[in-house]
Amino acid sequence: MGLPNASEDLSSEMEVDAFRRLFPLRYFERHLAESIRPDARSLSRARNTTISMGAVASADGSALAKIGSTTMLAAIKMEVMTPSLESPDEGCVSIDFHMPPICSPLVRPGRPAEAAPVVAKQLSDTISSSGMINLKELSLVGGKAAWMVYLDIYCLDADGALFDAALLSAVAAFSNLQIPTVSLDDGKIVMLPEEQKEENSEKEPVNKEKRKLTLGGIPFSLTCILHKNYILADPTSEEESIMETLVTVVLDSSNQLVSLYKPGGAVLAYTSAVQDCIALTRQRVKELHQILEEAISGMEID
Amino acid sequence: MEVDRADGRNPNQLRPLACSCSILHRAHGSASWSQGFRFIQTSHFYHFNLFVFTSKCYFCYWVGSGDTKVLAAVYGPKAGTKKNENPEKASIEVIWKPRTGQIGKPEKEYEIILKRTLQSICILTINPNTTTSVIIQVVHDDGALLPCAINAACAALVDAGIPMKHLAVAICCCSAESGYCILDPTKLEEQKMKGFAYLVFPNSILSVLPEGSSLVQGEPMEHGIITSVTHGAMSVDDYFHCLERGRAASAKLSDFLRRSLQSKLPGDLSKAE
Repeated sequence: MGLPNASEDLSSEMEVDAFRRLFPLRYFERHLAESIRPDARSLSRARNTTISMGAVASADGSALAKIGSTTMLAAIKMEVMTPSLESPDEGCVSIDFHMPPICSPLVRPGRPAEAAPVVAKQLSDTISSSGMINLKELSLVGGKAAWMVYLDIYCLDADGALFDAALLSAVAAFSNLQIPTVSLDDGKIVMLPEEQKEENSEKEPVNKEKRKLTLGGIPFSLTCILHKNYILADPTSEEESIMETLVTVVLDSSNQLVSLYKPGGAVLAYTSAVQDCIALTRQRVKELHQILEEAISGMEID
Repeated sequence: MEVDRADGRNPNQLRPLACSCSILHRAHGSASWSQGFRFIQTSHFYHFNLFVFTSKCYFCYWVGSGDTKVLAAVYGPKAGTKKNENPEKASIEVIWKPRTGQIGKPEKEYEIILKRTLQSICILTINPNTTTSVIIQVVHDDGALLPCAINAACAALVDAGIPMKHLAVAICCCSAESGYCILDPTKLEEQKMKGFAYLVFPNSILSVLPEGSSLVQGEPMEHGIITSVTHGAMSVDDYFHCLERGRAASAKLSDFLRRSLQSKLPGDLSKAE
């Protein structure tokens, strides 16, 4: 006698699922009217965020950041280069963002994702305009040698708010970065493996010990969806595909506006909506700051 | 704080605008949009009276700030869409051609921003399963390149007769220290200033409806931001300041766009007969 009941349950379950697939916008709007989202978050709530430092052993600095199921792996490799003539006492940061086919069903092998170069460009703009990294600090010998920092970010799972997760992983990787020891050998800069440090003591060390980079204003971001009068913080990829107006606000720790990025979209952003987005980002910056600090202190205890 | 601009403009002054439509014959619609004129002034001369000799130098130099000029061509709507596109909607593709060389990351970003902006002003449900190509050729870049390209693309779409909800007008605002703001910067000013924002607004609407009827959230429709891209850090107040100035300037820009599109209207009608 339990059987018909079970099938009824199944059919009602199927109906919701079918409704979601057939009328995705209506499905979402029914939820939004009740001030809740299908994943049980309130509209202004971001997903669970975690950072784990030092995820890649072979890199000079690395971090794995997760916002919900969006996962980004950032790793930094440093190399010594000759600085350019225009800026002889500055290092250089090169940022690359990769979206391999595993990250999303929309990315096909052999065809690079459309979003990847845009996120990479946004990231390098944000990091350079926030002044987080003092390029002068990356100089080794003025005019002769400076650090070239290669930051590579791999998207392992693309489930919305790609830029937020990528920026968070980049910031975490930079705060995890340990600048390796190098020494000057006949005017040439040589990387020193740790165990050789004592043997090569006759060589002139340029920087004696591993040190951390001092970070200026750290930028954090929040992406919001604008739909009618609703503002949804931290969208999933499903939400992004249904409601297309995205606003990404980047604020640094002193609440300076680093970027306000809205590439088109059917909904126009009025002053009040922009202010609301900025207010949401302010809250989120505090949260992220705490999460980052916890991750760093957790690393030090280890 | 007052900042002297190299070309003697006041902070709210735009460079002279020029827009011409239907300049390419094979394209379905085309437009060129330029901000600023380049002209040479040769009549200036300077006397240097020195002890031994008198020399008369004729100076030939660029007056003004140079110009930003962009050519836009529209082909379409053409049959078929690219893969992964929605078959119920028209798709728009944007191809950005820089003045020299290959396209890099900045151009890719411009392509996407322009595509998303155009998608939000076009009525995509009218010609489903078609592709409209917008090709942007940069002729000369002296600051505010993306706004210039958006304005050109918009004029070209009108020229091609693509159905649109409204026009878009784009403007670049620069913000300096202490909340000072200048409009339509040259490349040099863009680099010098603390931060700048590319803003795109809908054009102001001429309508017979009573004033206030088109208010959305207490603001006129044309104050809504379609696209906003910022570079460089600025305070939140500075951004809103830029927004205010940009809105004021966009009204003038949309008047100009309307005028230059209206002037070609009678000819178009005779063509249609």
